[in-house]
Amino acid sequence: MDFIFIAQQSFSAALGVNTIIFALAAIGLNMHFGYTGLLNFGQAGFLAVGAYSVATLVVSFNFPLWAALLIGILNSIILALLLGLPTLRLRADYLAIVTIAAAEIIRQIARSATFNEYLGGSDGITGKFGKDFFDLNPFKDGLNTPLLRYTANDLWVVVTGWALVIVVLFVMWLLVRSPWGRVLKAIREDEEAVRSLGKNVYLYKMQSLIIGGIFGSFAGFVYALSRQSVQPDNYGTALTFFAYTVLILGGAARVFAPIAGSVIFWFLLVFIEQMLRQAVSAGYIPEWLIGVNQVGQIRFMLVGLGLMMLMIFRPQGIFGDRKELALDARA
Amino acid sequence: MPAPSQDNSRRDIALAALAGISPTPGVSKPDPIIVADNVVRKFGGLTAVNVGHLEIQRGAITALIGPNGAGKTTFFNLLTGFDQVDEGSWTFNGIKISGTPPHKVARMGMVRTFQLTKALYRLTVIDNMLLAATKQKGESILRAALPFLWNAQEKAATARSEELLTRFKLIDKRDDFAAALSGGQRKLLEMARALMVEPELVMLDEPMAGVNPALKQSLLGHIKDLREDGMTVLFVEHDMDMVRDISDWVIVMAQGEIVAEGPPNVVMRDKAVIDAYLGAHHDSTLEQDRG
Repeated sequence: MDFIFIAQQSFSAALGVNTIIFALAAIGLNMHFGYTGLLNFGQAGFLAVGAYSVATLVVSFNFPLWAALLIGILNSIILALLLGLPTLRLRADYLAIVTIAAAEIIRQIARSATFNEYLGGSDGITGKFGKDFFDLNPFKDGLNTPLLRYTANDLWVVVTGWALVIVVLFVMWLLVRSPWGRVLKAIREDEEAVRSLGKNVYLYKMQSLIIGGIFGSFAGFVYALSRQSVQPDNYGTALTFFAYTVLILGGAARVFAPIAGSVIFWFLLVFIEQMLRQAVSAGYIPEWLIGVNQVGQIRFMLVGLGLMMLMIFRPQGIFGDRKELALDARA
Repeated sequence: MPAPSQDNSRRDIALAALAGISPTPGVSKPDPIIVADNVVRKFGGLTAVNVGHLEIQRGAITALIGPNGAGKTTFFNLLTGFDQVDEGSWTFNGIKISGTPPHKVARMGMVRTFQLTKALYRLTVIDNMLLAATKQKGESILRAALPFLWNAQEKAATARSEELLTRFKLIDKRDDFAAALSGGQRKLLEMARALMVEPELVMLDEPMAGVNPALKQSLLGHIKDLREDGMTVLFVEHDMDMVRDISDWVIVMAQGEIVAEGPPNVVMRDKAVIDAYLGAHHDSTLEQDRG
């Protein structure tokens, strides 16, 4: 077995593009769910809006990339308003239902033959819409070390992506430790109490939904630019639930949790896959037990098993405080 | 305990103001902070609240009593904007506030607590207090990320919170989660938190429910202090000893209506009140009893 290769693949994934995408998506969810208690099950919708805004505007309408990014942010704000206006006055579960439906509506619209011309139907959009971005790439060669290996383009995405993650985290950190963040946490605990103290709960929930949604659209930008293509089925409910997994793995309502969660999630996913693949080809695992083609599915089973163990033995996640989680039971 | 409870000057003023008023439902008061007219709330076929005219005297402690299901808490919810009326209107300090959302009612100086205490469990005690501070610059999303704009205000609010926590004997719990407090301490915290809003009218929904006798005495003292500090108190309570002890005026509700009001010793002898509690004539309505 080639352990250096396994390590290289695993560490490259742990710090790679997918980690960045899911970290950003989970930071948004942390704002919604971790701090405000909003059950947004449609984070994939915010990613889709971000990704499609960039791809469609540049490829079909010849917008410059920077303008497409700005409009992408604007669109995610519009989506947050559309979701929030009718539902934020209602109980939390309604938001969950509406958001999961909205994300699916967005995906189905993107897939539909009606808008084939602009959104590319089920094939999505592939094109050089990231050209403006990659033209700025200072790296002529990729990175090839025993632990990390990226192509030149990936390296540029990874470097800018982590820079973006750091900026977003810093903003998040400033926000949640402010009096504004205190109101959000109080809303998570008990809306009525917050109302009785003179705070406009609806306004705060809307602001939280918008800001978390914008972070979600950032994840969409990275998703689209890194692959130079968007495909509707990448933005299904699975994406939202993986983002939740990442958040809860790290520990909800902890600023750095999405980073740790995402790094560990992708490390494990790739590590287990590579281990299995090598073990099967080397004959350590007999062919009748696991075939090479089954490795992809089995890694998810094993990761799922690992997460179940985590929830049983460390339900608060990596950064969480078990005592704090237990307090919830009294509420 | 710090100073205010020592003198009873405000109590004397309140009692003097209410002295000559005839104990009849809907009677007008010399200086009302709340005036309600024809407040009706129906749940399907049930009329939960049907209050013709009611005035609450400023600077006094008024108790709202009545048997279970009398509509006391519903009336509370209506006055504070947590529930919508079917008919009727009311004013606070002469300003019509019926239909105003709860957060605006609170900002005007009318703050309530809840029957089931709403401590914010996963916030620390000090954060519970700080949350309630008014006009915070740092609560605006545009300023939140710029601490230098709100640090000074936050410091002042922290000092005031600590002062109140000391008064309510919660200062030792300053950095504990609110969930770690006992039931009685949560009641204290909720009251202290309400005071951070600097209210004119404090509305307490069953402040004594589930509180042990020792803590009850201290809660009573705190409620009296509110009046001595110039606030008006309206509270819902089942504990008759407490009502007799601290209230300057008592309003009795039964089946959604005000059936009696007056000084505590007068009201507790009122036939309509005894009937409402004991159901002396269970086959006739209260109106007929009084007529």
